[in-house]
Amino acid sequence: MPKLPAPPLPSALKTPPPRPGEDNGKSGPVEELGRGGIAVVDWVDERTSLTGAARWLMFRKVPKGTNWFYTLGSATMFAFLNQAVTGVFLAMYYRPDPSGGAYESIRHITNEVFLGQLVRSMHRWGASVMVVLVFLHMGRTFFFGAYKYPRELNWVIGVVLLILTMAMGFTGYLLPFDQRAYWATTVGVNINGTGPLIGPYLSDFLRGGSEIGATTLSRFYAIHMLLIPGLMAALIGAHLYLVTKLGTTAPPWIKAEKRDELREAEV
Amino acid sequence: MANKRAKQKSKYTLDRGIPGAFEGETVTRRRFMTVTANGAGAVATAAFVLPALGFAIGPIFKRNGMSWQPVGTTDQFTETNYIPVIITLQPEIGDAGKSTAYIRKKDPAIDTDPADRDSPYIAISDRCVHLGCPVRWVPASERFLCPCHGGVYDLLGRRVSGPPPRPLDRFYTRVNGDVVELGPRYSVNSLLRRFSPRDPGEPLDGIGQYLYPSRPDAQK
Repeated sequence: MPKLPAPPLPSALKTPPPRPGEDNGKSGPVEELGRGGIAVVDWVDERTSLTGAARWLMFRKVPKGTNWFYTLGSATMFAFLNQAVTGVFLAMYYRPDPSGGAYESIRHITNEVFLGQLVRSMHRWGASVMVVLVFLHMGRTFFFGAYKYPRELNWVIGVVLLILTMAMGFTGYLLPFDQRAYWATTVGVNINGTGPLIGPYLSDFLRGGSEIGATTLSRFYAIHMLLIPGLMAALIGAHLYLVTKLGTTAPPWIKAEKRDELREAEV
Repeated sequence: MANKRAKQKSKYTLDRGIPGAFEGETVTRRRFMTVTANGAGAVATAAFVLPALGFAIGPIFKRNGMSWQPVGTTDQFTETNYIPVIITLQPEIGDAGKSTAYIRKKDPAIDTDPADRDSPYIAISDRCVHLGCPVRWVPASERFLCPCHGGVYDLLGRRVSGPPPRPLDRFYTRVNGDVVELGPRYSVNSLLRRFSPRDPGEPLDGIGQYLYPSRPDAQK
């Protein structure tokens, strides 16, 4: 494949050449600040070569026919970032204690902490929003045929991300440790146990024993906070890298133009 | 056989033509260093991975030490009705570790099944064996009803209607003086034969007991 030229800077970001006759660039305080900012970026760039990568990620070519459906992937990532940030702040107040502490800490967050109800609700509703967006994004990718060669690996990573999203929902549901959380998790783990031969052992591994107890809550908390977010961040990084490297596809209704050699002579 | 031996390389690096070889060398310095460094890395990784894995998988093998707990006096229970009592399944976590059991004095006329041989009282667990919701005893219809998916059990805990695959679990009981005590849990199949405790959703008839084996941390 021929190497494409480096992505160009859009004209809005190029510094305009100085006009003849005026003093070289207006030297007001705003321009001073701008020059200072550029100096900082240059300092970092000389030592890391990051601006090349940033340009490659941001200023890339997209095919004709790109439409609003293509925003669903970014929307999902935005929902994930929302969950991550609200989750971090919830974790500052939450206590994974099964003998009442978990429920009490959630009550405290909702009723007494400043903006606690908002942050908790954003986290809870954000989870539903993320699942909906993930499915819409998956549907868009499927119906536009964007899983075909050479993007098969990207599709597989996407499916793994879907499963991890479901697992986040499942483990996070138990954390308030109220009646709904407890019984929903009981039913979910028991459904897992109906798989023959290894089902019962998997259920025990999830629960940390034969009954839901202290181990279960701690286990779900660690999986929800540490294990799956780490895996998801890594896989989202891989997913984005592949999208940038391979480019996006045109929607299926855009047909490729005939090559000149094949075009019959126009009358 | 002769072919293989003819192709077998000499163990001396000198014969194999590896540069830098000296007389009598079998393992090159490069190979030795590589294997040692990778081996040390493997040992170091195993040093933190294996304990962590054991930590995560350990609870599967830990024996649950549910001991006998008192649930009431002998004059509180009758042969004709189930009385609910609160029992502790998991100590030390407060209300989340508690559950309900239904207790009835054994009636030799109706409780003739193998499961009832040793128990002076019949203690039925409130855990629905479909997916684990708590069932309740309705005296008027003499049925246990599960609110989640419509499982119905009869006086002996056997399935009458709905999705449950086997009868309700029971607990061992004994009498200590005039105090009735509740012991570990056990599961029964539809002929009311005793088995080690299984999770909800797992049938025990026929091939079921092998398809869904008992786990080490469930009591025998």
